[in-house]
Amino acid sequence: MLTVIAKRLLIAIPSLIGVVIVTFLLTRALPGDPAAYFAGPAATKEAIQEIRVKLGLDKSLPQQFIRYVGDLAKGNLGESLTTGQPVVTEIRNRLPASAELTLLGLIVSIAIAIPLGIFAAVKPNSWVDHTCRVVTTAGVSLPVFFTGLILVYVFYYLLGWAPAPLGRLDTFVSAPPSVTGFLLIDSLIAGNFEAFRAALSQLFLPAMTLGIFSLAPIARMTRASMLAVLASDFVRTARASGLTPFTVIVTYAFRNAMLPVVTTLGMVFSFLLGANVLVEKVFAWPGIGSYAVEALIASDFAPVQGFVLTMAIMYVALNLLIDILYGVIDPRVRLEG
Amino acid sequence: MSDLALKDTHSSGILATLKHARYVIGENPVTGFAFGLFVLIVIAAVLGPSIVPYDPLASDTAAALKGPSRAHWFGTDQLGRDVFSRVIVATRLDFIIAVFSVVLVFLMGGLAGVAAGFYGGWTDRIVSRIADTIMAFPLFVLAMGIVAALGNTVQNIIIATAIVNFPLYARIARTEANVRREAGFVQAARLSGNGEARILLTQILPNIMPIMIVQMSLTMGYAILNAAGLSFIGLGVRPPDAEWGIMVAEGAAFMVSGEWWIAFFPGLALMIAVFCFNLLGDGLRDIVDPQRRT
Repeated sequence: MLTVIAKRLLIAIPSLIGVVIVTFLLTRALPGDPAAYFAGPAATKEAIQEIRVKLGLDKSLPQQFIRYVGDLAKGNLGESLTTGQPVVTEIRNRLPASAELTLLGLIVSIAIAIPLGIFAAVKPNSWVDHTCRVVTTAGVSLPVFFTGLILVYVFYYLLGWAPAPLGRLDTFVSAPPSVTGFLLIDSLIAGNFEAFRAALSQLFLPAMTLGIFSLAPIARMTRASMLAVLASDFVRTARASGLTPFTVIVTYAFRNAMLPVVTTLGMVFSFLLGANVLVEKVFAWPGIGSYAVEALIASDFAPVQGFVLTMAIMYVALNLLIDILYGVIDPRVRLEG
Repeated sequence: MSDLALKDTHSSGILATLKHARYVIGENPVTGFAFGLFVLIVIAAVLGPSIVPYDPLASDTAAALKGPSRAHWFGTDQLGRDVFSRVIVATRLDFIIAVFSVVLVFLMGGLAGVAAGFYGGWTDRIVSRIADTIMAFPLFVLAMGIVAALGNTVQNIIIATAIVNFPLYARIARTEANVRREAGFVQAARLSGNGEARILLTQILPNIMPIMIVQMSLTMGYAILNAAGLSFIGLGVRPPDAEWGIMVAEGAAFMVSGEWWIAFFPGLALMIAVFCFNLLGDGLRDIVDPQRRT
């Protein structure tokens, strides 16, 4: 198992190098003179030249790249023009908000999609199967920001069940002391159930929005792979041996059907991390996505670059995790290593 | 004589395809429905500005924030502009973004992939490496970064959407070209003295075109979603231009105070367009590649 993980880590390295090169090239592709741009519109020629030297823009491209990698190794992503804060600090402060939302969104979508896919496969052409088909087709066609707004309209404006879509916590509720940065966990650690309820009610709609958006590929893959497994010989043998349908479906079929589902999780994460940005904008969520969007509007490039890099590194790490999970589920992969 | 025979099999091939297409549409009325929707979208994109009842940019503060009525089918926005007219007029811009980005990614990814699959070796290694690097990013996030770096214009939204779809096209084209590189008709062309580049363009490319066209139709929906998402967060299209994504963004603030129609109708148009392209893509795939029917 350890060799599998080590091998997989080695494969992730070229991806990381590619990610760093692309984010570097993105800054160099900025229109106009970056020095003049960083100096601001009122800067004199000397000031621009000074900034050019300070940023190392007078050096050749490979030298600039080495400098960029050196900065990255020191954890320096530059400073935001608008707030003057180092980008790393801002991203570190805002990351838990995004991570909590994305993970809860994933949990919602798995909790709906996998049972739906299994029931659809167990009873093909039943109403569950048709529901599954409608949901998966509609799910890929719904723009995620549109779903979010509809949910806000229905659950906040019409029914009044959800709180206003403004951030992670109602202003009247005091936040629990930060331990993990995840409000749900922190409030439980502090034993503050009022804060837990408040945080959960704020999370509910954005997490549902993400869940609805990402459940289509999971449900579709679960259904297809369960159908294939249920038609196989070992399931027929298990049934013929008189095992209960529950044992056959859950213990025998589902574990084998999980493998392709775990593989699609990679694609689901690509969707989720992207959709997260849009959902954060809809719900005024103080995560790294809305940080990047604010910076984009202000033409402040350093935060955007830091954001793209953070997201890409997280995505590479998640794919790594998925591969390791694959090894845990499928003993054959472990043996190969 | 042989020429005639060739021509004969060719025309019967087209006839068979048409027959098959009619069979598929008869069998699956959803494809016919999607095609009807597609025609409507094209009509709205072409004729849009000349058939709408109001000027999409004309504001009328006296009639601002009015719900759907007989005069304004989809209501009016905060400046009193007619939402229906704006939704219809926006079709053209969204359609143009989708079509151009799909054609662009076909030219980049399709050709690079075909070359990679056909030549192998270094071409293959470079193309695959580029595709892998793009795949290492969450796609929407990369598109955001590209538009931020290249500049905030519609043109760059098209480029960014094309770049994030590059791996998909390159991989499909590579696989399809790879299985055909030693096919009988390719060897025959080689024996007749054709150069490799000529074989690539006249033998391989036309043969994988049907699969690529299906792919283009399937990615159209994603391209529109991607572009609308980018303009929703304020990239690319600038107000007061009508585009579905930015219209939803403009209406978002009014959702919490109950004026749902400003964001709802452009969002609905967006959804219908994406739905239509996805269904059409599935239908086209059934016609081109009957074995992969689901």
